[in-house]
Amino acid sequence: MTPAHETAHGTSRESTGHGALDLAPAPGAAPVPRMVLAQTGYELRTLLRNGEQLLLTLIIPVVLLTLFGATSLLDLGPGPRVDFLTPGILALAVMSTAFTGQAIGTGFERRYGVLKRLGATPLPRSGLIAAKTLTVVAVEVLQAAVICSVAAAMGWRPHGDPLSVLALVLLGTAAFSGFGLLMAGTLRAEATLAAANLVYILLLAVGGVVFPLDDLPAGIRDALQLLPISALAEGLRDVLRDGAALPGGPLLVLAVWTAAGLALAARFFRWE
Amino acid sequence: MASPQGDALELDGLVKRYGRTVAVDGLSLRAARGAVTALLGPNGAGKTTTIEICEGFRRADAGTVHVLGLDPVADARALKPRVGVMPQSGGVPGTARAGEFLRLVASFHTRPLDPGALLDRLGLAAHARTPFRRLSGGQQQRLSLAVAVVGRPELVFLDEPTTGLDPQARHATWELVEGLRAAGVSIVLTTHHMEEAERLADHVVIVDHGRVVAEGSPAELTGAERQLRFRARPGLGLEELLAALPPGTAAKESPAGHYLIEGEVSPELLATVTAWCASHGVMTEDLRIERRTLEDVFLELTGRELRS
Repeated sequence: MTPAHETAHGTSRESTGHGALDLAPAPGAAPVPRMVLAQTGYELRTLLRNGEQLLLTLIIPVVLLTLFGATSLLDLGPGPRVDFLTPGILALAVMSTAFTGQAIGTGFERRYGVLKRLGATPLPRSGLIAAKTLTVVAVEVLQAAVICSVAAAMGWRPHGDPLSVLALVLLGTAAFSGFGLLMAGTLRAEATLAAANLVYILLLAVGGVVFPLDDLPAGIRDALQLLPISALAEGLRDVLRDGAALPGGPLLVLAVWTAAGLALAARFFRWE
Repeated sequence: MASPQGDALELDGLVKRYGRTVAVDGLSLRAARGAVTALLGPNGAGKTTTIEICEGFRRADAGTVHVLGLDPVADARALKPRVGVMPQSGGVPGTARAGEFLRLVASFHTRPLDPGALLDRLGLAAHARTPFRRLSGGQQQRLSLAVAVVGRPELVFLDEPTTGLDPQARHATWELVEGLRAAGVSIVLTTHHMEEAERLADHVVIVDHGRVVAEGSPAELTGAERQLRFRARPGLGLEELLAALPPGTAAKESPAGHYLIEGEVSPELLATVTAWCASHGVMTEDLRIERRTLEDVFLELTGRELRS
């Protein structure tokens, strides 16, 4: 990395040396896309340095995939185990980044006055949200690359239509982001930390991620299928395992959660 | 709307309530461009609320606010690059490295200060790669100041910039504030430190219970009035001494053995006091004539009772 004192920011000629700062006012806001990219780069670097985040977003999904894929600890129904597991693990990865990680990270930024302080800079709030979204998408690309590589090494051969996968993942990301930001922007940071982890574990357990919902009683199964995690996992399974295109039920469920999450977050999010 | 040549800050009849508590109660003030204006007041006087209204973080319930001639909420987009903000604490993620966060905020501006040189100026060059939460309290304060000024603003708000700093760090902060002022930046700061206000401020505004109770330059506020202090044995007959002094002079003993004479301190008064002491066989110690300090004025105006 470039040492700090060599970083050029278009300062005037005389302000390069020790103690020779030109403090005269020269204000001006950088173009918004440049600010958003700078904020995204900063958020990505901080995330990738954070051990707990990596545990949540990469290590747990990969461990679950290899553990349940390579052993017969769980009855995963007919067909290759990895074909059932990989779509569920991809859904879990989306939830861990868009919901859990974002809720906890943003909750503490709010608590420590970071959101407020950034609000005093030229970066608009919409730009901050855009940067957070880009960060989530970039992390998801990394997660997908790692998970798909591990799955491929375990013999996973996906089918299906990439556009359907993209639609499901984008809707899932939007739905989880909405609720993650809702939690971060309304609860105390400690409450967000506890609740986001609890929701993660509950949805991991009952959301059709690592074991099928098919064996459950019909009423319970139908209710659980309305959860965003089940809709995403089932939808991805329909496409990647069964070769379906644009699975209507899961897409509809995700669209409803997205609309609700974003509307509630927009209405109730508090910046400080 | 105020003209662009108007004051950096123009507040008129500002009111802010939190529930039934009135934090700011009809406050009006002006902060001149290119000057240092200090808001001085006890805890809970309404200083931070006032600053946060100017920064656009809060909206006033009544009154008008013009910052560089603009409305801090409606014209936020235009104002943000021109105004630097140092909050009372925090505002930087604990995991962010000092230099990294400063470079991030610098990149939001078109002609920022060089982040490395700024860290160097504030004695933080060795901590550029240190996460914010591992910096000492004083280092965190200085980084926060750096973040406020890196965009080369026209106006900076500093909320208690030196609270909790050691003397070296306080002087580094003062020197940067003086450098900003010399370069034509307008500065509005809040402080509890009289020394800070006396050293830095062109204009001091004393705020209490959400109102301005006095304002002026430090010299205007402390006035030309002088006072005479000395120590001597306790229990001198002050009535008798006062009788020898011109009318309008006051004398008191507090605590025991510490005497204070207030009034027109003239050469004659000094001679009268020492002659009176000599005729009573009283040896004085620590005899001195001094101006009132800003602290005297402050305590006189805001009272001595403790604030929460």
